[in-house]
Amino acid sequence: MNVLTAREAGLVSCHRCELVHDQGVARCRRCHAHLSSRKPYSLQRVWAWLIAGIVAYIPANLYPMLVTRQLGTTHEDTIVGGVIVLADTGAYGIAGIVFFASVVVPLSKFGVIALLAWSVTRPNSLSQHSRLHLHEVIEFVGRWSMIDVFVVALLTALVQLGAAASVHPGPAAVCFALSVVFTMLSAQAFDPRLIWDRPDTSPKET
Amino acid sequence: MAVAGQDDDVSRSCGAGLLSRIDYLHPMTLLACPSCDMLHDVPDLPQGRRAYCLRCNHMLVSGRHTSLDRTLATGFAIAILIVFALFFPFLSIEELGFSNTTTLLGVAAAFLDGWLIPLTLAVTASIVAIPLIRVALLIYALFPIWRGRPPAPHAARAFRWSEALRPWSMAEIFVLGAAVALVKVADLATIGFGPAFWAFCAAVFIIAFERQITDAASIWSMLDNEP
Repeated sequence: MNVLTAREAGLVSCHRCELVHDQGVARCRRCHAHLSSRKPYSLQRVWAWLIAGIVAYIPANLYPMLVTRQLGTTHEDTIVGGVIVLADTGAYGIAGIVFFASVVVPLSKFGVIALLAWSVTRPNSLSQHSRLHLHEVIEFVGRWSMIDVFVVALLTALVQLGAAASVHPGPAAVCFALSVVFTMLSAQAFDPRLIWDRPDTSPKET
Repeated sequence: MAVAGQDDDVSRSCGAGLLSRIDYLHPMTLLACPSCDMLHDVPDLPQGRRAYCLRCNHMLVSGRHTSLDRTLATGFAIAILIVFALFFPFLSIEELGFSNTTTLLGVAAAFLDGWLIPLTLAVTASIVAIPLIRVALLIYALFPIWRGRPPAPHAARAFRWSEALRPWSMAEIFVLGAAVALVKVADLATIGFGPAFWAFCAAVFIIAFERQITDAASIWSMLDNEP
């Protein structure tokens, strides 16, 4: 296939509204966004946000997410501890959702973003289409990790029953929210056009 | 020169002779694929027809045409429902003679405890402020056009921000979080649903619907006449 990209043709497409301009134009004529052929410093920003996200994820798992006081006793739950409590009470479906959103999604997202950013500079590592699929998945799924933060917020606001029972957020809630935001920024910093900028030399599937 | 195919998915590459190919019968738009930067000459397609990038299969033309009536109606509905949800009880709980009622703002204020305050801002923003700001920007950009007037000043900027804020509007994630929280406390106490809970659920459905019926490209072309 004979492919001509906007960059090769001396054109720039607006990242926001997709209007095509000549290279050298600073701002989009239509929506006034800054124009650039590729997101500037894309990979550097991807790695920086990703490392910040991983760093924030560590205390998010070590500190308690939820502090429950019930009839005089205090109970602290970490993210994984909360999932185990849910599973013990028989709520396997809900335990599955929380485990998926708080553990599986963040961890696999770290791995996938790292793999994507690493493979873009190494043309032989992964085919362009599998990299594209990876990118689509992380863009879609990342925001859903926020669910556990909302659960903690709701429980804290709702369960304030004086001496009978009260729920308070733990320090992990902040760390976890930061980790989700940082990884979202990391995924947004990645420019999918980088996937195609080097010729694909990986073994073709037949 | 290739003529647009007969099937639903039409797209064509412009190849090398970019500027020499002007088809007067089929006015074409030059589009660079937002995912891989490949250039395409996309003809004006009849409504309902989609076009995909030849290289990476990213959708270039959604085939939808934004109806301003419907988009503005959903925008106003979302704004009314969220504002309504702010001022009415969201959930209530009762156990051993103790009871507590929370509003949406109470949920956002759950972290007003020492160094968790930034989380209050984040939660308020993602479930209330950003959805409302998005809708306000959308209405600001589209309402004058709907009235048949020229676009408002900075209408295109407003719409750009409305689109950029989309991933940070997390109302639907909050509703799923509410479901999880309810299961957690269902054994512990009796839960009551307030009117704000149902209003917020309705808002989430309408936000999803608004996303389905709104085609950014057709709104961009309406805003193109901005002075």
